[in-house]
Amino acid sequence: MTINPDLQGRSYPAAEVYDVGREKIREFARAVKATHPAHFDVDAAKALGHSDLVAPPTFAIIIAQRADAQLIEDPEAGIDFSRVVHADQRFTHHRPILAGDRLVAELHVDGVRAMGGGAMITTRSEIFALGDGDAREAVTTTTSSILVRGEGQ
Amino acid sequence: MSPKFTDLAAGQDIGARTVDVTRTDLVKYAGASGDFNPIHWNEAFATGVELPGVIAHGMFTMGAAVQLVTDWAGDPAAVVDFQTRFTKPVVVADTTGTTEPGATIEVSGTIGKLDADAGTARVDLTVVSAGQKVLMKAQALVKLS
Repeated sequence: MTINPDLQGRSYPAAEVYDVGREKIREFARAVKATHPAHFDVDAAKALGHSDLVAPPTFAIIIAQRADAQLIEDPEAGIDFSRVVHADQRFTHHRPILAGDRLVAELHVDGVRAMGGGAMITTRSEIFALGDGDAREAVTTTTSSILVRGEGQ
Repeated sequence: MSPKFTDLAAGQDIGARTVDVTRTDLVKYAGASGDFNPIHWNEAFATGVELPGVIAHGMFTMGAAVQLVTDWAGDPAAVVDFQTRFTKPVVVADTTGTTEPGATIEVSGTIGKLDADAGTARVDLTVVSAGQKVLMKAQALVKLS
């Protein structure tokens, strides 16, 4: 299977809305073994000046990987998910993700390069919170590189 | 208590944390994150795609490692940027039915750089499992008052 080099520069527009719930923040926090009270206790989050529970710093991966799925599941992309290894990841938070946020992600394919029999693919998700009317607020930018291993890699 | 920017210096340690990992933890992370790639929970599948065994999600390791920074900063929202490269897989042995972890991850952090204009401290994390660095260039940027 070969990776389609024409993927570079492709974008996938914001699709479904992700509603950030308190229990999801708590579940994710427990799953990464986080203990900070601002992930669990609304009063503790408010004491720090936040309107609601604060998501852990890597929570945005849920939204980013949903956006990435559009690419990985795109039959034109030629990506075998079972051979995907995560190579690097970055989160840049313009503001924290809070319970109650309604988020959407725009996916951009920033790079595709052949590596042996496989390929390294770099994607960027621009995550926005939906406000009233058409308002959108930049929340988080994630960038991610995945290595799609060729046979024997 | 949040650390004060003026009390910090490059090279200072911020502490260390040990994270025990079991196969159950990986199933929990899969459920919480939505990443159900079977290389993180099915031994036969993982070895079938030429991996040494079931491996932790890189994002589990990254997410668990940053808690050291979050707790030190006093507010999770202070972590304004966090990045890493995944260099070695964390292989998690099947210890189901015992109290033993399937892998152990050691996390330690030092202040890498201070930016007085931005009011940020860069924390450099060292993340080791089974004697090998599993994350490289694991850096968290913390906004301090």
